[in-house]
Amino acid sequence: MRYALKKIVTMMITVIVVTLFVYIAFNLISGDPAISMLGTNATPERLNALREELHLNDPVIVRYFRWLIALFKGDMGVSYSYRIDVSTMIFDKIPVTATMAAMSFILMIVISIPLGIHTSKYQGGVLDRIIMILNQIIMSIPPFFSGILITLIFGRILKIFTPGGYVSYSNDFGGFLWYMFFPSLAIALPKATMAVKLLRGSLISEYNMDYVRTAYSKGNTTNGVIYNHMLKNAILPVITFLGMALTDIIAGSIIVEQVFGIPGLGRILLTSISNRDYPVVMAIIVIISFMVLVVNMLVDIIYSLIDPRISFEDK
Amino acid sequence: MENDVLLEVTDLNIEFHDHIIPETVVFDFDLTLKQGEIVGLVGESGSGKSMSALAIAGLLSRKDMKKRGRIFYDGKDLLTISRNELRSIQGNDISMIFQEPLTSLNPVKRIYDQVEEPLRIHTDLSKEQRYEKVLKILTEVELDDPEHVMRQYPHELSGGMRQRVMIATAMIMEPKILIADEPTTALDVTIQSQIVKLLKKLNARKKTSILFISHDLSLVRTLCERVLVMKDGYIVESGPVERVFTNPTEEYTKKLIAAIPKIDPELIYHNERDTDSK
Repeated sequence: MRYALKKIVTMMITVIVVTLFVYIAFNLISGDPAISMLGTNATPERLNALREELHLNDPVIVRYFRWLIALFKGDMGVSYSYRIDVSTMIFDKIPVTATMAAMSFILMIVISIPLGIHTSKYQGGVLDRIIMILNQIIMSIPPFFSGILITLIFGRILKIFTPGGYVSYSNDFGGFLWYMFFPSLAIALPKATMAVKLLRGSLISEYNMDYVRTAYSKGNTTNGVIYNHMLKNAILPVITFLGMALTDIIAGSIIVEQVFGIPGLGRILLTSISNRDYPVVMAIIVIISFMVLVVNMLVDIIYSLIDPRISFEDK
Repeated sequence: MENDVLLEVTDLNIEFHDHIIPETVVFDFDLTLKQGEIVGLVGESGSGKSMSALAIAGLLSRKDMKKRGRIFYDGKDLLTISRNELRSIQGNDISMIFQEPLTSLNPVKRIYDQVEEPLRIHTDLSKEQRYEKVLKILTEVELDDPEHVMRQYPHELSGGMRQRVMIATAMIMEPKILIADEPTTALDVTIQSQIVKLLKKLNARKKTSILFISHDLSLVRTLCERVLVMKDGYIVESGPVERVFTNPTEEYTKKLIAAIPKIDPELIYHNERDTDSK
Protein backbone atom coordinates (compact mmCIF):
# COMPACT_ATOMS: atom_id res chain seq x y z
CA MET A 1 0.00 0.00 0.00
CA ARG A 2 2.89 2.33 0.81
CA TYR A 3 4.22 1.55 -2.62
CA ALA A 4 0.96 2.65 -4.27
CA LEU A 5 0.89 5.82 -2.19
CA LYS A 6 4.43 6.67 -3.21
CA LYS A 7 3.49 6.17 -6.85
CA ILE A 8 0.49 8.47 -6.51
CA VAL A 9 2.57 11.25 -4.94
CA THR A 10 5.20 10.90 -7.67
CA MET A 11 2.42 11.14 -10.22
CA MET A 12 1.00 14.34 -8.72
CA ILE A 13 4.44 15.97 -8.86
CA THR A 14 4.82 14.87 -12.47
CA VAL A 15 1.43 16.41 -13.33
CA ILE A 16 2.53 19.76 -11.90
CA VAL A 17 5.81 19.65 -13.83
CA VAL A 18 4.06 18.70 -17.07
CA THR A 19 1.50 21.46 -16.73
CA LEU A 20 4.24 23.99 -16.00
CA PHE A 21 6.17 22.98 -19.11
CA VAL A 22 3.04 23.02 -21.24
CA TYR A 23 2.00 26.43 -19.98
CA ILE A 24 5.40 28.08 -20.36
CA ALA A 25 6.02 26.52 -23.77
CA PHE A 26 2.72 27.79 -25.13
CA ASN A 27 3.32 31.24 -23.71
CA LEU A 28 6.75 31.42 -25.30
CA ILE A 29 5.73 30.31 -28.79
CA SER A 30 2.26 31.66 -28.82
CA GLY A 31 2.42 34.96 -30.69
CA ASP A 32 -0.45 37.21 -29.66
CA PRO A 33 -3.78 35.43 -29.29
CA ALA A 34 -5.52 38.82 -29.16
CA ILE A 35 -4.28 39.61 -32.68
CA SER A 36 -5.20 36.19 -33.98
CA MET A 37 -8.70 36.57 -32.52
CA LEU A 38 -9.41 40.12 -33.71
CA GLY A 39 -7.28 40.16 -36.86
CA THR A 40 -4.36 42.42 -37.75
CA ASN A 41 -6.66 45.38 -38.52
CA ALA A 42 -7.92 45.71 -34.96
CA THR A 43 -7.28 48.99 -33.11
CA PRO A 44 -4.70 48.97 -30.26
CA GLU A 45 -7.47 49.93 -27.81
CA ARG A 46 -9.59 46.93 -28.71
CA LEU A 47 -6.54 44.63 -28.60
CA ASN A 48 -5.59 45.95 -25.18
CA ALA A 49 -9.13 45.55 -23.88
CA LEU A 50 -9.17 41.95 -25.03
CA ARG A 51 -5.73 41.31 -23.50
CA GLU A 52 -7.06 42.69 -20.20
CA GLU A 53 -10.12 40.47 -20.50
CA LEU A 54 -7.96 37.40 -21.12
CA HIS A 55 -5.44 38.45 -18.40
CA LEU A 56 -2.65 38.35 -20.99
CA ASN A 57 -0.83 41.29 -19.39
CA ASP A 58 -0.07 39.52 -16.08
CA PRO A 59 3.34 37.86 -15.52
CA VAL A 60 3.58 34.29 -16.84
CA ILE A 61 3.98 32.67 -13.43
CA VAL A 62 0.88 34.41 -12.07
CA ARG A 63 -1.14 33.32 -15.09
CA TYR A 64 0.22 29.77 -14.72
CA PHE A 65 -0.94 29.41 -11.15
CA ARG A 66 -4.30 30.99 -11.96
CA TRP A 67 -4.67 28.51 -14.84
CA LEU A 68 -3.54 25.55 -12.71
CA ILE A 69 -5.91 26.33 -9.85
CA ALA A 70 -8.77 26.80 -12.30
CA LEU A 71 -7.75 23.53 -13.96
CA PHE A 72 -8.05 21.63 -10.70
CA LYS A 73 -11.52 23.11 -10.29
CA GLY A 74 -12.40 21.80 -13.75
CA ASP A 75 -12.25 25.20 -15.43
CA MET A 76 -10.00 24.98 -18.46
CA GLY A 77 -10.47 28.51 -19.70
CA VAL A 78 -12.27 29.85 -22.76
CA SER A 79 -11.57 28.81 -26.33
CA TYR A 80 -10.10 31.68 -28.33
CA SER A 81 -11.84 30.64 -31.53
CA TYR A 82 -15.30 29.65 -30.29
CA ARG A 83 -15.55 31.87 -27.17
CA ILE A 84 -17.05 28.98 -25.18
CA ASP A 85 -15.70 27.08 -22.18
CA VAL A 86 -12.98 24.62 -23.15
CA SER A 87 -14.45 22.10 -20.72
CA THR A 88 -17.81 22.08 -22.50
CA MET A 89 -15.97 21.64 -25.80
CA ILE A 90 -13.88 18.77 -24.56
CA PHE A 91 -15.86 16.83 -22.00
CA ASP A 92 -18.26 15.11 -24.34
CA LYS A 93 -15.28 14.10 -26.53
CA ILE A 94 -13.36 12.40 -23.74
CA PRO A 95 -15.68 9.35 -23.60
CA VAL A 96 -15.23 8.90 -27.37
CA THR A 97 -11.43 8.77 -27.22
CA ALA A 98 -11.42 6.88 -23.92
CA THR A 99 -13.79 4.24 -25.31
CA MET A 100 -11.58 3.80 -28.35
CA ALA A 101 -8.46 3.49 -26.21
CA ALA A 102 -10.13 1.03 -23.83
CA MET A 103 -11.51 -1.08 -26.68
CA SER A 104 -8.14 -1.14 -28.44
CA PHE A 105 -6.49 -2.17 -25.21
CA ILE A 106 -8.96 -4.99 -24.58
CA LEU A 107 -8.65 -6.17 -28.20
CA MET A 108 -4.89 -6.09 -27.87
CA ILE A 109 -5.02 -8.37 -24.83
CA VAL A 110 -7.69 -10.67 -26.26
CA ILE A 111 -5.69 -11.12 -29.47
CA SER A 112 -2.17 -11.28 -28.12
CA ILE A 113 -2.33 -13.47 -25.02
CA PRO A 114 -3.96 -16.59 -26.55
CA LEU A 115 -1.82 -16.28 -29.68
CA GLY A 116 1.35 -15.78 -27.66
CA ILE A 117 0.61 -18.86 -25.55
CA HIS A 118 -0.37 -20.97 -28.53
CA THR A 119 2.65 -20.09 -30.69
CA SER A 120 5.10 -20.66 -27.83
CA LYS A 121 3.48 -23.98 -26.92
CA TYR A 122 3.64 -25.27 -30.49
CA GLN A 123 6.86 -23.49 -31.34
CA GLY A 124 8.15 -24.48 -34.78
CA GLY A 125 4.82 -26.05 -35.76
CA VAL A 126 2.92 -25.17 -38.93
CA LEU A 127 0.40 -22.91 -37.20
CA ASP A 128 3.16 -21.17 -35.28
CA ARG A 129 4.98 -20.41 -38.51
CA ILE A 130 1.88 -19.14 -40.30
CA ILE A 131 0.90 -16.95 -37.34
CA MET A 132 4.39 -15.56 -36.96
CA ILE A 133 4.63 -14.65 -40.68
CA LEU A 134 1.22 -12.93 -40.61
CA ASN A 135 2.29 -11.30 -37.37
CA GLN A 136 5.41 -9.87 -38.96
CA ILE A 137 3.39 -8.46 -41.88
CA ILE A 138 0.74 -6.82 -39.69
CA MET A 139 3.38 -5.48 -37.32
CA SER A 140 4.89 -3.36 -40.08
CA ILE A 141 1.58 -1.64 -40.94
CA PRO A 142 1.13 1.79 -39.30
CA PRO A 143 -2.27 2.26 -37.56
CA PHE A 144 -3.64 4.81 -40.05
CA PHE A 145 -3.00 2.39 -42.91
CA SER A 146 -4.48 -0.55 -41.03
CA GLY A 147 -7.44 1.82 -40.56
CA ILE A 148 -7.69 2.35 -44.30
CA LEU A 149 -7.42 -1.41 -44.93
CA ILE A 150 -10.11 -2.18 -42.34
CA THR A 151 -12.37 0.47 -43.86
CA LEU A 152 -11.81 -1.15 -47.26
CA ILE A 153 -12.34 -4.74 -46.15
CA PHE A 154 -15.09 -4.43 -43.53
CA GLY A 155 -16.70 -1.23 -44.80
CA ARG A 156 -16.52 -1.38 -48.60
CA ILE A 157 -16.22 -5.11 -49.42
CA LEU A 158 -17.97 -6.92 -46.55
CA LYS A 159 -20.21 -3.92 -45.79
CA ILE A 160 -20.59 -4.76 -42.10
CA PHE A 161 -20.20 -1.14 -41.07
CA THR A 162 -20.65 2.21 -42.79
CA PRO A 163 -17.38 4.12 -43.13
CA GLY A 164 -17.86 7.68 -41.93
CA GLY A 165 -21.22 6.76 -40.42
CA TYR A 166 -20.25 7.65 -36.86
CA VAL A 167 -23.00 7.05 -34.31
CA SER A 168 -22.97 9.26 -31.22
CA TYR A 169 -22.92 7.44 -27.89
CA SER A 170 -25.73 9.59 -26.55
CA ASN A 171 -28.05 8.52 -29.39
CA ASP A 172 -27.34 4.80 -29.74
CA PHE A 173 -24.77 3.32 -27.40
CA GLY A 174 -24.77 -0.11 -29.06
CA GLY A 175 -24.32 1.41 -32.51
CA PHE A 176 -21.55 3.61 -31.11
CA LEU A 177 -19.68 0.60 -29.73
CA TRP A 178 -20.12 -1.30 -33.00
CA TYR A 179 -18.74 1.62 -35.00
CA MET A 180 -15.86 2.12 -32.55
CA PHE A 181 -14.89 -1.54 -32.84
CA PHE A 182 -13.29 -0.99 -36.24
CA PRO A 183 -11.01 1.98 -35.47
CA SER A 184 -10.11 0.20 -32.22
CA LEU A 185 -9.15 -2.87 -34.21
CA ALA A 186 -7.05 -0.70 -36.53
CA ILE A 187 -5.15 0.66 -33.54
CA ALA A 188 -4.94 -2.66 -31.70
CA LEU A 189 -3.74 -4.94 -34.50
CA PRO A 190 -0.17 -3.66 -35.00
CA LYS A 191 0.34 -3.38 -31.24
CA ALA A 192 -1.15 -6.82 -30.61
CA THR A 193 1.31 -8.39 -33.05
CA MET A 194 4.19 -6.90 -31.08
CA ALA A 195 2.68 -8.23 -27.87
CA VAL A 196 2.33 -11.70 -29.46
CA LYS A 197 5.98 -11.71 -30.39
CA LEU A 198 7.03 -10.47 -26.96
CA LEU A 199 4.88 -12.96 -25.03
CA ARG A 200 5.95 -15.83 -27.28
CA GLY A 201 9.63 -15.05 -26.74
CA SER A 202 9.11 -14.51 -23.05
CA LEU A 203 7.27 -17.84 -22.64
CA ILE A 204 9.83 -19.73 -24.71
CA SER A 205 12.62 -18.55 -22.46
CA GLU A 206 10.57 -19.56 -19.40
CA TYR A 207 10.30 -23.16 -20.68
CA ASN A 208 13.97 -23.67 -19.79
CA MET A 209 13.63 -22.45 -16.22
CA ASP A 210 14.20 -24.82 -13.32
CA TYR A 211 10.84 -24.06 -11.70
CA VAL A 212 9.10 -25.34 -14.85
CA ARG A 213 10.85 -28.69 -14.40
CA THR A 214 9.74 -28.67 -10.75
CA ALA A 215 6.17 -27.96 -11.85
CA TYR A 216 6.27 -30.96 -14.21
CA SER A 217 7.78 -33.12 -11.47
CA LYS A 218 4.65 -32.47 -9.36
CA GLY A 219 2.49 -34.08 -12.04
CA ASN A 220 1.25 -30.94 -13.79
CA THR A 221 -0.05 -31.05 -17.36
CA THR A 222 1.60 -28.73 -19.87
CA ASN A 223 -1.40 -26.40 -19.61
CA GLY A 224 -1.13 -26.51 -15.83
CA VAL A 225 2.52 -25.55 -16.06
CA ILE A 226 1.80 -22.73 -18.51
CA TYR A 227 -1.21 -21.21 -16.77
CA ASN A 228 -0.28 -21.81 -13.13
CA HIS A 229 3.44 -21.15 -13.33
CA MET A 230 4.89 -19.69 -16.49
CA LEU A 231 2.31 -17.10 -17.47
CA LYS A 232 2.71 -15.01 -14.34
CA ASN A 233 6.48 -14.88 -14.91
CA ALA A 234 6.33 -14.42 -18.66
CA ILE A 235 3.66 -11.71 -18.56
CA LEU A 236 5.89 -9.22 -16.70
CA PRO A 237 7.71 -7.75 -19.73
CA VAL A 238 4.43 -7.87 -21.66
CA ILE A 239 2.70 -5.71 -19.02
CA THR A 240 5.41 -3.08 -19.37
CA PHE A 241 4.90 -3.19 -23.12
CA LEU A 242 1.09 -3.05 -22.86
CA GLY A 243 1.41 0.01 -20.65
CA MET A 244 3.60 1.75 -23.20
CA ALA A 245 1.28 0.60 -25.97
CA LEU A 246 -1.73 2.07 -24.18
CA THR A 247 -0.09 5.48 -23.94
CA ASP A 248 0.77 5.11 -27.60
CA ILE A 249 -2.85 4.22 -28.34
CA ILE A 250 -4.10 7.38 -26.64
CA ALA A 251 -1.73 9.48 -28.72
CA GLY A 252 -2.15 7.36 -31.86
CA SER A 253 -5.94 7.61 -31.76
CA ILE A 254 -5.63 11.17 -33.06
CA ILE A 255 -4.78 9.98 -36.57
CA VAL A 256 -7.17 7.05 -36.61
CA GLU A 257 -9.99 9.38 -35.59
CA GLN A 258 -9.33 11.29 -38.82
CA VAL A 259 -9.45 8.12 -40.94
CA PHE A 260 -12.79 7.02 -39.47
CA GLY A 261 -14.32 10.47 -39.10
CA ILE A 262 -14.73 10.25 -35.35
CA PRO A 263 -15.29 13.51 -33.41
CA GLY A 264 -12.95 12.70 -30.53
CA LEU A 265 -10.19 14.60 -28.77
CA GLY A 266 -7.86 14.08 -31.73
CA ARG A 267 -10.02 16.02 -34.13
CA ILE A 268 -10.44 19.01 -31.80
CA LEU A 269 -6.73 18.93 -31.08
CA LEU A 270 -5.84 19.18 -34.78
CA THR A 271 -8.28 22.02 -35.52
CA SER A 272 -7.20 23.86 -32.38
CA ILE A 273 -3.53 23.62 -33.30
CA SER A 274 -4.17 25.08 -36.74
CA ASN A 275 -6.39 27.83 -35.21
CA ARG A 276 -3.78 28.59 -32.53
CA ASP A 277 -6.51 27.97 -29.98
CA TYR A 278 -4.05 27.47 -27.13
CA PRO A 279 -6.40 26.99 -24.16
CA VAL A 280 -7.94 24.02 -25.98
CA VAL A 281 -4.57 22.60 -27.03
CA MET A 282 -3.17 22.95 -23.52
CA ALA A 283 -6.22 21.35 -21.97
CA ILE A 284 -6.03 18.36 -24.31
CA ILE A 285 -2.30 17.93 -23.77
CA VAL A 286 -2.84 18.00 -20.02
CA ILE A 287 -5.67 15.47 -20.29
CA ILE A 288 -3.64 13.13 -22.51
CA SER A 289 -0.56 13.36 -20.31
CA PHE A 290 -2.74 12.76 -17.26
CA MET A 291 -4.15 9.61 -18.89
CA VAL A 292 -0.64 8.46 -19.76
CA LEU A 293 0.54 9.03 -16.20
CA VAL A 294 -2.42 7.16 -14.74
CA VAL A 295 -1.74 4.24 -17.07
CA ASN A 296 1.93 4.20 -16.12
CA MET A 297 1.07 4.26 -12.47
CA LEU A 298 -1.36 1.38 -12.91
CA VAL A 299 1.31 -0.61 -14.78
CA ASP A 300 3.78 -0.08 -11.94
CA ILE A 301 1.22 -1.11 -9.35
CA ILE A 302 0.10 -4.19 -11.31
CA TYR A 303 3.74 -5.12 -11.83
CA SER A 304 4.45 -4.97 -8.11
CA LEU A 305 1.34 -7.03 -7.39
CA ILE A 306 2.47 -9.77 -9.77
CA ASP A 307 6.16 -9.79 -8.93
CA PRO A 308 6.74 -9.87 -5.17
CA ARG A 309 10.42 -9.03 -5.68
CA ILE A 310 9.60 -5.51 -6.93
CA SER A 311 7.74 -4.18 -3.91
CA PHE A 312 10.28 -5.90 -1.70
CA GLU A 313 13.14 -3.94 -3.20
CA ASP A 314 11.29 -0.65 -3.00
CA LYS A 315 10.37 -0.80 0.67
CA MET B 1 12.55 -60.34 -0.67
CA GLU B 2 11.84 -59.79 -4.36
CA ASN B 3 8.53 -58.18 -3.45
CA ASP B 4 10.39 -55.34 -1.79
CA VAL B 5 11.67 -54.08 -5.12
CA LEU B 6 9.95 -50.78 -5.89
CA LEU B 7 11.76 -49.67 -8.96
CA GLU B 8 13.67 -51.68 -11.48
CA VAL B 9 15.59 -49.98 -14.25
CA THR B 10 17.16 -52.23 -16.87
CA ASP B 11 19.30 -51.39 -19.87
CA LEU B 12 18.39 -47.72 -19.88
CA ASN B 13 20.06 -45.91 -22.78
CA ILE B 14 19.65 -42.22 -23.43
CA GLU B 15 20.55 -40.79 -26.81
CA PHE B 16 20.60 -37.18 -27.99
CA HIS B 17 19.64 -36.46 -31.57
CA ASP B 18 20.22 -32.75 -31.62
CA HIS B 19 23.33 -33.07 -33.77
CA ILE B 20 23.97 -34.91 -37.04
CA ILE B 21 25.71 -37.73 -35.18
CA PRO B 22 23.54 -39.08 -32.32
CA GLU B 23 25.26 -38.96 -28.98
CA THR B 24 24.59 -41.51 -26.26
CA VAL B 25 24.90 -40.07 -22.77
CA VAL B 26 23.74 -43.06 -20.71
CA PHE B 27 24.60 -46.70 -21.55
CA ASP B 28 22.87 -49.80 -20.17
CA PHE B 29 21.94 -48.23 -16.86
CA ASP B 30 20.64 -50.78 -14.33
CA LEU B 31 19.19 -49.97 -10.95
CA THR B 32 16.96 -51.65 -8.42
CA LEU B 33 15.53 -49.70 -5.55
CA LYS B 34 13.92 -51.48 -2.62
CA GLN B 35 11.38 -50.03 -0.26
CA GLY B 36 12.96 -47.79 2.35
CA GLU B 37 16.40 -48.03 0.80
CA ILE B 38 18.76 -45.12 0.17
CA VAL B 39 20.93 -45.60 -2.89
CA GLY B 40 23.69 -43.22 -3.86
CA LEU B 41 24.59 -42.38 -7.43
CA VAL B 42 27.99 -40.77 -7.74
CA GLY B 43 30.15 -39.59 -10.58
CA GLU B 44 31.68 -36.45 -11.95
CA SER B 45 29.85 -33.83 -14.04
CA GLY B 46 28.67 -35.17 -17.36
CA SER B 47 28.80 -38.79 -16.21
CA GLY B 48 25.07 -39.15 -16.94
CA LYS B 49 23.80 -39.38 -13.37
CA SER B 50 21.39 -36.45 -13.64
CA MET B 51 20.16 -37.64 -17.03
CA SER B 52 19.36 -41.08 -15.61
CA ALA B 53 17.57 -39.49 -12.66
CA LEU B 54 15.50 -37.19 -14.87
CA ALA B 55 14.56 -40.14 -17.07
CA ILE B 56 13.34 -42.12 -14.04
CA ALA B 57 11.32 -39.12 -12.85
CA GLY B 58 9.74 -38.87 -16.32
CA LEU B 59 11.20 -35.42 -16.88
CA LEU B 60 13.12 -36.13 -20.07
CA SER B 61 10.60 -35.69 -22.83
CA ARG B 62 12.50 -33.71 -25.40
CA LYS B 63 11.72 -34.67 -28.95
CA ASP B 64 15.40 -34.80 -29.93
CA MET B 65 16.11 -37.46 -27.34
CA LYS B 66 15.63 -41.23 -27.44
CA LYS B 67 15.29 -43.48 -24.43
CA ARG B 68 15.56 -47.25 -24.64
CA GLY B 69 15.31 -49.88 -21.93
CA ARG B 70 12.77 -50.34 -19.18
CA ILE B 71 11.90 -48.41 -16.04
CA PHE B 72 9.59 -50.70 -14.12
CA TYR B 73 7.53 -49.20 -11.35
CA ASP B 74 4.40 -50.78 -9.87
CA GLY B 75 4.12 -53.25 -12.76
CA LYS B 76 4.30 -50.50 -15.38
CA ASP B 77 7.10 -49.44 -17.68
CA LEU B 78 7.40 -45.68 -17.20
CA LEU B 79 8.95 -45.33 -20.64
CA THR B 80 5.90 -46.69 -22.45
CA ILE B 81 2.88 -45.66 -20.37
CA SER B 82 0.72 -42.74 -21.46
CA ARG B 83 1.44 -39.16 -20.38
CA ASN B 84 -1.66 -39.22 -18.18
CA GLU B 85 -0.55 -42.35 -16.36
CA LEU B 86 2.93 -40.90 -15.93
CA ARG B 87 1.51 -37.66 -14.52
CA SER B 88 -0.53 -39.58 -11.95
CA ILE B 89 2.75 -41.06 -10.70
CA GLN B 90 4.82 -37.86 -10.84
CA GLY B 91 4.75 -35.89 -7.61
CA ASN B 92 2.53 -38.59 -6.15
CA ASP B 93 4.57 -41.84 -6.06
CA ILE B 94 7.85 -40.52 -7.43
CA SER B 95 8.97 -37.00 -6.67
CA MET B 96 12.16 -35.10 -7.15
CA ILE B 97 14.24 -32.35 -5.58
CA PHE B 98 16.92 -30.42 -7.40
CA GLN B 99 20.28 -28.82 -7.02
CA GLU B 100 19.38 -25.15 -7.01
CA PRO B 101 16.42 -24.52 -4.69
CA LEU B 102 16.07 -20.84 -5.57
CA THR B 103 15.54 -21.32 -9.28
CA SER B 104 13.61 -24.55 -8.74
CA LEU B 105 10.90 -22.62 -6.90
CA ASN B 106 8.57 -20.33 -8.79
CA PRO B 107 9.68 -16.78 -7.87
CA VAL B 108 6.22 -15.23 -8.11
CA LYS B 109 4.21 -17.76 -6.08
CA ARG B 110 3.91 -17.98 -2.32
CA ILE B 111 5.49 -20.97 -0.57
CA TYR B 112 2.05 -22.22 0.49
CA ASP B 113 0.78 -22.48 -3.09
CA GLN B 114 3.90 -24.30 -4.21
CA VAL B 115 3.90 -26.84 -1.38
CA GLU B 116 0.16 -27.38 -1.67
CA GLU B 117 0.17 -27.91 -5.45
CA PRO B 118 0.66 -31.73 -5.48
CA LEU B 119 -2.38 -32.04 -3.19
CA ARG B 120 -4.46 -30.01 -5.61
CA ILE B 121 -3.26 -32.13 -8.53
CA HIS B 122 -3.51 -35.58 -6.97
CA THR B 123 -6.22 -35.40 -4.30
CA ASP B 124 -9.76 -34.11 -3.69
CA LEU B 125 -9.00 -32.82 -0.20
CA SER B 126 -10.85 -29.74 1.02
CA LYS B 127 -9.10 -26.43 1.48
CA GLU B 128 -8.89 -26.91 5.25
CA GLN B 129 -7.50 -30.44 4.92
CA ARG B 130 -4.88 -29.21 2.45
CA TYR B 131 -3.89 -26.42 4.83
CA GLU B 132 -3.44 -28.91 7.67
CA LYS B 133 -1.27 -31.13 5.46
CA VAL B 134 0.93 -28.23 4.34
CA LEU B 135 1.38 -27.07 7.91
CA LYS B 136 2.25 -30.63 8.99
CA ILE B 137 4.84 -31.23 6.28
CA LEU B 138 6.47 -27.81 6.79
CA THR B 139 6.80 -28.70 10.46
CA GLU B 140 8.22 -32.10 9.57
CA VAL B 141 10.97 -30.58 7.44
CA GLU B 142 11.87 -28.58 10.57
CA LEU B 143 11.12 -25.09 9.37
CA ASP B 144 10.73 -22.60 12.21
CA ASP B 145 7.45 -20.71 12.21
CA PRO B 146 5.88 -22.62 9.28
CA GLU B 147 2.77 -20.42 9.32
CA HIS B 148 4.93 -17.42 8.53
CA VAL B 149 7.07 -19.24 5.95
CA MET B 150 4.04 -20.38 3.96
CA ARG B 151 3.04 -16.78 3.33
CA GLN B 152 6.51 -15.83 2.10
CA TYR B 153 8.07 -15.88 -1.36
CA PRO B 154 11.19 -17.90 -2.28
CA HIS B 155 13.46 -14.83 -2.41
CA GLU B 156 12.62 -14.08 1.22
CA LEU B 157 14.06 -17.40 2.45
CA SER B 158 17.62 -18.63 2.98
CA GLY B 159 19.11 -21.37 0.81
CA GLY B 160 18.63 -24.04 3.45
CA MET B 161 15.02 -23.01 4.05
CA ARG B 162 14.32 -23.12 0.33
CA GLN B 163 15.66 -26.66 0.07
CA ARG B 164 13.50 -27.63 3.06
CA VAL B 165 10.52 -26.16 1.20
CA MET B 166 11.49 -28.21 -1.88
CA ILE B 167 11.69 -31.34 0.26
CA ALA B 168 8.30 -30.53 1.83
CA THR B 169 6.79 -30.16 -1.65
CA ALA B 170 8.31 -33.45 -2.77
CA MET B 171 7.26 -35.29 0.41
CA ILE B 172 3.73 -33.94 0.87
CA MET B 173 2.17 -36.87 -1.03
CA GLU B 174 4.37 -39.29 0.96
CA PRO B 175 5.88 -40.69 -2.24
CA LYS B 176 7.38 -44.15 -2.51
CA ILE B 177 10.50 -42.78 -4.15
CA LEU B 178 12.32 -39.50 -3.73
CA ILE B 179 14.96 -38.63 -6.30
CA ALA B 180 17.38 -36.08 -4.89
CA ASP B 181 19.57 -34.61 -7.62
CA GLU B 182 22.54 -32.97 -5.87
CA PRO B 183 20.24 -31.41 -3.25
CA THR B 184 23.09 -30.07 -1.15
CA THR B 185 25.54 -28.87 -3.79
CA ALA B 186 24.34 -25.27 -3.72
CA LEU B 187 24.33 -25.10 0.07
CA ASP B 188 27.13 -24.40 2.50
CA VAL B 189 28.66 -27.22 4.50
CA THR B 190 26.73 -26.89 7.78
CA ILE B 191 23.41 -26.68 5.93
CA GLN B 192 24.45 -29.67 3.80
CA SER B 193 24.71 -31.94 6.81
CA GLN B 194 21.38 -30.66 8.19
CA ILE B 195 19.64 -31.48 4.92
CA VAL B 196 21.25 -34.93 4.78
CA LYS B 197 20.10 -35.62 8.36
CA LEU B 198 16.62 -34.46 7.46
CA LEU B 199 16.49 -36.80 4.47
CA LYS B 200 17.61 -39.66 6.67
CA LYS B 201 14.90 -38.87 9.24
CA LEU B 202 12.19 -38.69 6.60
CA ASN B 203 13.43 -41.97 5.13
CA ALA B 204 13.23 -43.66 8.54
CA ARG B 205 9.85 -42.19 9.40
CA LYS B 206 8.03 -42.57 6.10
CA LYS B 207 9.89 -45.48 4.52
CA THR B 208 10.46 -43.42 1.39
CA SER B 209 13.20 -44.85 -0.82
CA ILE B 210 15.74 -42.26 -1.84
CA LEU B 211 17.96 -42.11 -4.89
CA PHE B 212 20.62 -39.68 -3.76
CA ILE B 213 22.72 -38.20 -6.53
CA SER B 214 25.89 -36.44 -5.60
CA HIS B 215 29.52 -35.99 -6.45
CA ASP B 216 30.27 -35.66 -2.75
CA LEU B 217 31.40 -39.13 -1.75
CA SER B 218 31.60 -38.38 1.95
CA LEU B 219 27.93 -37.35 2.01
CA VAL B 220 27.00 -40.51 0.12
CA ARG B 221 28.91 -42.57 2.65
CA THR B 222 27.02 -41.09 5.61
CA LEU B 223 23.59 -41.36 4.01
CA CYS B 224 23.42 -44.33 1.66
CA GLU B 225 23.38 -48.11 2.00
CA ARG B 226 24.32 -48.89 -1.56
CA VAL B 227 26.15 -46.87 -4.15
CA LEU B 228 26.47 -46.79 -7.93
CA VAL B 229 29.49 -45.15 -9.52
CA MET B 230 29.04 -43.67 -12.99
CA LYS B 231 31.63 -42.60 -15.52
CA ASP B 232 31.04 -41.41 -19.09
CA GLY B 233 27.51 -42.79 -19.13
CA TYR B 234 28.38 -46.23 -17.76
CA ILE B 235 27.90 -47.67 -14.28
CA VAL B 236 31.46 -48.76 -13.51
CA GLU B 237 30.93 -50.09 -10.03
CA SER B 238 28.10 -50.77 -7.62
CA GLY B 239 27.61 -52.39 -4.24
CA PRO B 240 27.18 -51.74 -0.52
CA VAL B 241 28.63 -48.36 0.44
CA GLU B 242 31.20 -49.69 2.94
CA ARG B 243 32.46 -52.35 0.54
CA VAL B 244 32.85 -49.83 -2.29
CA PHE B 245 34.61 -47.35 -0.03
CA THR B 246 36.94 -49.75 1.70
CA ASN B 247 37.57 -52.16 -1.12
CA PRO B 248 36.87 -50.60 -4.52
CA THR B 249 37.45 -52.87 -7.50
CA GLU B 250 37.57 -50.25 -10.23
CA GLU B 251 40.49 -47.94 -10.84
CA TYR B 252 38.12 -45.03 -11.36
CA THR B 253 36.43 -45.54 -8.00
CA LYS B 254 39.82 -45.73 -6.31
CA LYS B 255 40.75 -42.41 -7.89
CA LEU B 256 37.46 -40.84 -6.80
CA ILE B 257 37.93 -42.00 -3.24
CA ALA B 258 41.56 -40.91 -3.20
CA ALA B 259 40.44 -37.50 -4.36
CA ILE B 260 38.00 -36.86 -1.50
CA PRO B 261 40.17 -34.86 0.90
CA LYS B 262 42.11 -33.08 -1.82
CA ILE B 263 39.24 -31.49 -3.70
CA ASP B 264 38.06 -28.09 -2.58
CA PRO B 265 34.23 -28.23 -2.57
CA GLU B 266 34.15 -24.75 -4.14
CA LEU B 267 36.14 -26.02 -7.10
CA ILE B 268 33.77 -28.91 -7.69
CA TYR B 269 30.86 -26.53 -7.51
CA HIS B 270 32.26 -24.16 -10.12
CA ASN B 271 33.38 -27.00 -12.34
CA GLU B 272 29.88 -28.46 -12.13
CA ARG B 273 28.33 -25.17 -13.04
CA ASP B 274 30.60 -24.68 -16.05
CA THR B 275 30.35 -28.09 -17.60
CA ASP B 276 26.95 -29.37 -16.53
CA SER B 277 25.06 -30.14 -19.70
CA LYS B 278 21.51 -30.50 -18.41
